[in-house]
Formats: sequence, C-alpha cells, structure tokens
Amino acid sequence: MSLDRRDFLKLGAAGMMVGAFPGCATSGGEIVGKKGQRVVIVGAGFGGATAAKYIRMWSGNKIEVVLIERNPTFISCPMSNTVLGGGRTISDLTHGYDTLKSKYGIEMVRGEVTAVDPQKQTVTLADGYLSYDRLIIAPGVDFMFDKIEGLNASVANESVLHAWKAGPQTTMLRKQLESMKDGGVFAISIPKAPYRCPPGPYERACQVAFYLKNNKPKSKVLILDANPDIVSKKGLFMAAWKELYPGMVEHRPNAEVRQVNVANKTLKTEFDDVKADVLNVIPPMKAGAVANMAGVVNVDNRWCGVDFLSYESKAQKNIHVIGDSVSAAMPKSGYTATSEAKICAAAIIELLQGGQPDPEPVIANTCYSMVSNKEAVHVAHVYRYNVEKKIMLPADGGGVSAARSEVEGTLANYWLKNIMGDVLL
Amino acid sequence: MKMIRYQILTVAGAIGLLLFASTSYAEVDVRARNLASHCAACHGTNGNNTGGMPVLAGMDKALFVSAMKDFKSGARPATVMHNHAKGYTDEEFGKLADFFAAQKR
Repeated sequence: MSLDRRDFLKLGAAGMMVGAFPGCATSGGEIVGKKGQRVVIVGAGFGGATAAKYIRMWSGNKIEVVLIERNPTFISCPMSNTVLGGGRTISDLTHGYDTLKSKYGIEMVRGEVTAVDPQKQTVTLADGYLSYDRLIIAPGVDFMFDKIEGLNASVANESVLHAWKAGPQTTMLRKQLESMKDGGVFAISIPKAPYRCPPGPYERACQVAFYLKNNKPKSKVLILDANPDIVSKKGLFMAAWKELYPGMVEHRPNAEVRQVNVANKTLKTEFDDVKADVLNVIPPMKAGAVANMAGVVNVDNRWCGVDFLSYESKAQKNIHVIGDSVSAAMPKSGYTATSEAKICAAAIIELLQGGQPDPEPVIANTCYSMVSNKEAVHVAHVYRYNVEKKIMLPADGGGVSAARSEVEGTLANYWLKNIMGDVLL
Repeated sequence: MKMIRYQILTVAGAIGLLLFASTSYAEVDVRARNLASHCAACHGTNGNNTGGMPVLAGMDKALFVSAMKDFKSGARPATVMHNHAKGYTDEEFGKLADFFAAQKR
C-alpha cells in the first residue's frame, strides 16, 4: 500500500490548492463560492481597493466583493518620486491589504486574470473562475513599448527604466542616479498626453535635481517632452527649476523620443540624437491588458469610454471601468481613481437594488508635487457632470498654488497618509 | 376580525421593514454622502483623518458652511481650499455640513 508517484503528485497539487484558496473545491472550479449579489474587481490599486471598501461600507456588507490583485502589497505611486530625491524608500510607500479583508470582509484573490466572459459574466484565473453580477476593471496602465524603436519590456526592466509604476524599478532608478558620474546627464522622456500622473515627470525632474545639487552639482537633468508645452503646473515647475536648481534642468518641448540605443546610451528624437548617462524613458500608455480581455477598449484603441454616472463601459453591459484606463477630461491620478471608484460604487449599489445612479455626480481632485525635500505645489479641481455633453468637466474655481511652500510640503505628506487610510483602512 | 389583524400585522411588518431599511439607507442622504466622500482623500473616510487636515466629522454645521463660503469668496485665505470651495454651490455646502455634522468622531 504505497503511493505511486502520480498519486503523490495529485495529493501534492490538491494540498497546494487548499492552501492557496481555502474554500475552493476543485481546481478549475469557482475560486470563491458565490452566495448572493457579487461584484468582482480586477486590480487593487487606488481605484479598485477604494471601490471594494466603499461597496461593502455603503451596502451595509450586503453585496459580496471579490478583489483580484497580482501583487502581494500596495505600493503608492504618488510620492514615489521622492525615493529618487532620497526623502523616502519604497518600503515607506508599501502597505498590506489585511484591513480590507478583516474589517470589510472583502475576499482577496491573488492572481492574474487570463480571460473575461461578458456573456457568462465570469472572470478566469489560472486556478479557476469567479462569477459576477457586476465587474469593475481597474488595471491602471500598460506601456506601449513598441511605439519606441529599440525598447521592449526586458530593456525597460533592466536598463532603460520607466519607474512609472512604483516598485523595484523606482529603487533601481535611484541606484542608477547614485552611480552616475558628476557632470553626467539624467534624461527623462515624457510621452504625449494623456498619460498617468500629468505633473509626475516634472516633479521627477525636481527630485533628481535635488539629489544632484547636493551630490553631483556639475550634472544636468534633460527633459525630452513629446508635448508642445509643460503639461501641468507650468509656472510653478519653471520657477522651481530656475530658483532651486539654477542651470541644472533643461526642458525641451516637442521632443518625442522615437528610438532608444541602449549600447550607446542615446535617445533619438525627430531632430536630435541625445546622449545621456541615465535614460529614463516613460513610454506611451494604454489601458491595462485586462480591459482588452473584457472588450472594453473603445477609444483610440487605447482607453475605455464609460457612462460617467456609473462608470459602466459603453461597450459591455455590467462591466465598469475606473481609474487610469478611463478616457476622461480628468487627470489620471490616484485621487481621481478613488473619486471615480466612489461614484461607481454608489451607482452599482443602486443598480443592484433596482435604483438609479446619482444623476449629477460631482468629484474632486488634488495633486501635490514635491519640488524639493520640503516644498510642494498643488493643482486642485472640482469636476461636475455636464448633463448635455454627458461628460465630467471642470467646475468653477480650481487652480494651482500661489507659490511653492513648506506648508504644502507638509500637507502633501499628510495627504498621502490620509488617502492611504481612505483606500486601505 | 382575523383578516383585519392580519392586515394590521402586515402593515406593522411593512413599517418594521421601512424602519430597518431606514437605518442603512433612508436616513443617509445618498447624494450628500457621495459628495462628502470626495473630501476623504485629505480629510479621511467620513471626515475622520489621522492628522494634518481638519477633522470634519462632527463639525458644527454653521461653522462648516461659513468656512466654505469664506473660502469661496476669498474672505478667508487658504492654501488649497479656495480651489475646491469655488466648485460647489451653497446648497451643496449645506448638504456637506449636514452629512459631516452627523458623523461620529
């Protein structure tokens, strides 16, 4: 009575399955059994995690929420440029999902979605499937490496980093900065808008310049901007570069990078070949891959068009899209993603109970940028639903800081703490 | 007689259901709740935060409305809030004030 090798492997596989997904009966079956009305959310970033929490909180825990995420922890992209300046490490920006599970009863499934079936209303992962009444897609952005000759995912992971998703790349880019010689050039290339975090590249230039000023003062930051002008907080960034880092930061508009030469450390634009010591190429972006699987990419073959009352896709029923993947006249920011998540959460609760979404949603957004180790600037807007145009448009007011200040630097740090609490606690 | 009692019980049951429902939904002005939720990135979920920004939960209604109106008019100087206040109507200030005043600190 001995187990042969095949039996042993079966037992091992079954044991692993039980360990990975308690409550899962068989491999390939439903990963978490559906008991009542259920929302499945793909992506536990600012948008997805907020939607999960608010659906549970506002429905009095009546609606089941399954939140799928491929990463073990939440790493905040906002404020991650300060890792380059030296103000923070990536671990300062890393948070767990424990409270979402324990306090709100959200089922978290770690894994990668491989297929979405809008007719059967199921999401497939390697280990089985999940059925939904409503699906929320919140994958953030994917990079279009193929738009730049010589660039691909492995080059972007090893040498020509983007560091546009906070994590290991952010720390690697800081190391590249530390290894750069004094007198070197740190080149940042910005894709044409829209891209994630409009002021982010210019904040990055400030953080890199802050490090260089204190450590390698003969060095330069060169911004190759595909856009005709500075996309966000123009006057404030120009003042910071001129006054805090005189002669260090050069901004070139209409300088779209078309080719990367890794061996020669050269970036090719329409007019120039630019040699630099660190190549930080932020590639053009599109909606995350799962949006394609769900068939909700319907704007420019890149982004997702939605009904702004519910964030339901205009292409697929019962599938909602929030965050950076949405095509909207609002900045692709973490804050915007949380605001969209709340409108979407409220609408889904109403729709599942036979009600109607709020007919005139109003949302807010504030983005801080750290221009040194202590000073920050902000842009803030309220956005209102325009009934005629059926889109979100900036309301009256809104604007940027009068000037950079340490007060705003302090507020920016509290903002990060408080938005993380709103999303995860 | 039996019939009437049944009807009374049914009515009582319906009232009970309404009361039950009201604790989770009807008592909360959903539009006010939705509006207020967008303040949470800085001021915390339901107006409770861990520091840096004013706690809005439990704030006096009149104080909230007058502060927002002053931010809107510019009578009260602000670092960030003037940019937000100008985007809301006076009616919305009232809804927000009601919602935050009802939140536990």
